[in-house]
Amino acid sequence: MARRSTPEVNAGSMADIAFLLLIFFLVTTTIEKDKGIARQLPPIEDIIDPPIIKQKNLFIVNVNRNDQLLVEEKLMDVKDLRQAAINFLDNGGAPASSPEYCNFCQGKRSPSSSDNPEKAVISVQNDRLTSYRMYIIVQNELVAAYNYLRDRESERLYGWKFTQMKRDVDEGNYNGNVEAAREKLENIQKLIPLKLSEAEPKKTGS
Amino acid sequence: MLLFFFMVVTVLRDTNLLVRQQMPKADQVEKLKKDRSIFIFAGKPRSRYQDIYGTEAKIQIGDKYTPISNLKFALTGLRAKLRPELQSFVMVALKVDGDTNTGLVTDIKQELRELNMLKLIYITSQGNELEN
Repeated sequence: MARRSTPEVNAGSMADIAFLLLIFFLVTTTIEKDKGIARQLPPIEDIIDPPIIKQKNLFIVNVNRNDQLLVEEKLMDVKDLRQAAINFLDNGGAPASSPEYCNFCQGKRSPSSSDNPEKAVISVQNDRLTSYRMYIIVQNELVAAYNYLRDRESERLYGWKFTQMKRDVDEGNYNGNVEAAREKLENIQKLIPLKLSEAEPKKTGS
Repeated sequence: MLLFFFMVVTVLRDTNLLVRQQMPKADQVEKLKKDRSIFIFAGKPRSRYQDIYGTEAKIQIGDKYTPISNLKFALTGLRAKLRPELQSFVMVALKVDGDTNTGLVTDIKQELRELNMLKLIYITSQGNELEN
């Protein structure tokens, strides 16, 4: 019996098929990398006696329905907000004799502004008709002010930048002692706590 | 080689976006931890849905529009789908279009507070709104 030669599969079009598949996957791929501003909401609880915050420790940012900024009762351009917030947080107005004295602040030490970064509270009030874009810009600028100060202090105390280190630790790219680094990050956060309060928006803007 | 690369990285979209999504830009951002987050989309309906649903900003969860009154139910359902050990660390990712009013976002936040899902993240795109 004559041995039959095995029939060959025609593979000439395989390259074309692979190419088509490649194009298909190229088109459907969406590489998602979501980033954003993280925030913690205050829990709902009946506060029986709310803590009294001194007027000088409060920095009020008011955004109206036309996306205009009113900072400490003065009209302000959003470009100046970051510096204004830094000046407020970094003021260190408590006198040198008091226990609240801020020994690392580099601000003007004006007695009519905040005592120290721990006491300082930034309060944002929005109108319901404020655009979400403006809301994010304001939040971004205020977080930037906090990050600036935290970077400065961590650079002074530990020799690295807070934001950079936090990113490395969170993403697991830090090669040193992670626990120690976490503790240092917490120290900085305690030194300059992010105290951003949000009032519930008023129904009608003024 | 390339074919295999793209085959591996391809994730087919599991939601069909019904609302416009042009997120505002920000640069003081953190990365989203995907395994423990649930998404809320909000914004005006996309142009091809505007004939049916109008132009008023709406909330989308999963594949459909959700009225604010139904938000709690939908979110608890989504949370139950996460891995059990991560359910207490749940993070809500808000993807909101830049032209939406803050009022809608505030309503969502109020519902989240009542549900005790206190960690949230405003998803933004890269850049800075002030630099253009």
